[in-house]
This record gives sequence, structure tokens and C-alpha cells, in this order.
Amino acid sequence: MTQDTHNTPVGAHAAVAGDHSGHPTPMTYFAVAMILSFMTAIEVAVFYATWLGVGIIAVLAVLSGAKFALVAMFYMHLKYEHRLFSVLFVTGLVLAVLVTFALLGLFRVF
Amino acid sequence: MEQVSAAAPHGAEHEATTTGIDHRKMLVWAFLGSDCMFFGSLIATYLVYKDKSLSGPLPLDVFDIPVTSVSTFVLLMSSMSMVMAYAAISRGSLKGFRIWILSTALMGMTFLAFQVFEFHDFANHEVHLTCAGLDLDELTALERKVAEGCSQPGVTEVFDDKNGLTPRTNLFGTTFFTLVGFHGAHVTIGIIWLLSLFFYSFRQQATTGRSLDVDLAALYWHFVDVVWIVIFTVIYLLGVFEGF
Repeated sequence: MTQDTHNTPVGAHAAVAGDHSGHPTPMTYFAVAMILSFMTAIEVAVFYATWLGVGIIAVLAVLSGAKFALVAMFYMHLKYEHRLFSVLFVTGLVLAVLVTFALLGLFRVF
Repeated sequence: MEQVSAAAPHGAEHEATTTGIDHRKMLVWAFLGSDCMFFGSLIATYLVYKDKSLSGPLPLDVFDIPVTSVSTFVLLMSSMSMVMAYAAISRGSLKGFRIWILSTALMGMTFLAFQVFEFHDFANHEVHLTCAGLDLDELTALERKVAEGCSQPGVTEVFDDKNGLTPRTNLFGTTFFTLVGFHGAHVTIGIIWLLSLFFYSFRQQATTGRSLDVDLAALYWHFVDVVWIVIFTVIYLLGVFEGF
């Protein structure tokens, strides 16, 4: 990463920027925030759309997953960072999901 | 505009590593991975005990989706504010960094205030029913129990304030407060971290190299946000959906 860019003067900002060259701009951050807000609004609207029946579960799961992915990829920079970070995080995430379904199965919730 | 200084007062921020990846950042990611499992277990426990409570209140009695939606929106916006703080320190704007990180902490505190309000509201849950024209099918189990008072002669209204939700009330209360309480504790730690960075920026001249400090706090803060995204959907929205 940035071993050679420590204590960088502001004038040499480009050198630091090189480290994060793929990182989003503030405009991208703002756009992601708007998308997240819009998706949350849809979630709440879907919640009141009782005619969807059990389809609500699928719609909410997809929307929630998409919001999770957007924050992880753009705000946590997983999309632009070293793959090892993704491996560390996704491993924990997958284990968490497996533990959840294992417990639900064990207690015959399904 | 106040700019960052040319040199880090406390020397180089990154140690040379064999992988080329900063150890602190890797440690934070490993911690977040393990925290996923922690919250996964709490969510699983909540789901396992869902519908196992012998008495109310239940999610349908206490959850107020519009209020929780607003607090969710506040937390989402705090994540945007956090990345703006990181972007500001990365481009050398100390003033911008201070404004954004302080607004992030304030939004975090607003979210916590919503949680305190919600917990207080749950603990003091009241049922107030007018007996005339009651449709029992429209009522929750707890409300039906309270509505039994309407069968007494001369009673036109029934009121109950003895069925507040606390961690000791039922399985729903125990698992809900444990899960949401731990999330609230994470938010509290995050706020302390953010405020520490804010005040630290006055004591020491920041440098572009110090942006890693902000990056690590940002990672933690965004993690708190993604956990809430899951909690809001699984616990709140699906919690009051009878088909789930």
C-alpha cells in the first residue's frame, strides 16, 4: 500500500491520491446515499403493500442485501481495496449466515 | 481553508509489512468479520425464539415502523457524512474533516436518542380501547386480552398500562433488547471514537498520513450501519409481518 507516501505534504497530495486512486469521489458518495435513502423508502412502502403477501419477504431481503452491498462496496471501499480485506469480511459474513440457518434448522423453525 | 501539515509529528503511520497491507487495517477487517458472527448469532437467537413468547407485548404491539424508518435514515446519512470526513482529510482539508466528523457524531447521537425514546416507549406500553364497535379480528393478542374487560357491564373503555416490554417480560423482550442493545453499544463506542478524532484534530496537526486513523473509524462506523440495515429489515419490517 502506501509505505512510500507517509508524511506527505499537501502539495504532494497526488502521491497519496495514487494510493486511493480508485476511490469514489464525494459526488459518488452522495449518489450512493441518495440510492440508499430511496431503497429504504421503497422498503417501508413495500411493508404497507399487503397485497404482495409472502412476496414481501423476498422483496425486503433483496433490498436489504443490495443496501448492505452498496455500503460495503462504496463506503467501506471493499470494491477498491485489497482482496484480502474482502476475504476477511466475507468469511465472517458467510459464517454468520450459516450459523443463522443452522440454528433455525436445529430448532425446526423452518 | 485550514490545511494539513507537511509532516506527521509522530512519525510514519504505516509500518513496513511483508504483505504491503497495513496491519491495523487488516486487524480491523478481521474484527469486523468476527463481529458479523457475533451479530449473526444474536439475530439467529431472536429468530429462533420468535413466536415462542407466552404473553405479550409482541412486535405487532410495540413496533412503530415510521419512527424507526426515520432513525434508519439518520444512520444511513451518518455513513455518508463519515465518508465525506474521510474524503476531506484525504485531500487535506482539516476544516472540512472537523465539520463532517462532528456531523457524523451528532447523527449517531440522534440515532441513539431515537433508541432511548423507543426503549422507553416499549417499557411504558399502554393499551387504550373503546369498547363500542370493537373488531376482535383487528386486535393483537394482547389487545384482545385487555378487551375482555369490555364484557363487564357498564364498561365503555378499557385501559392497561401494566404490560410494558422489558428484557424480563417475555422471550421477545429478552432477545430484542439484547440484540438492539448490543447494536446501540456499538454505536456508542463509535461516537466516542469519532469525537476522539474530532478533539484530537485540535491537539495535533493532522497530516494526509493520518487519514488511516479516520479510515479505520469509518470502517467501524459503516459496519454499525450495515448491521442496522439487516436489523431494520429482519427484526422490524419482517417482525410485524404475520406471514414471516
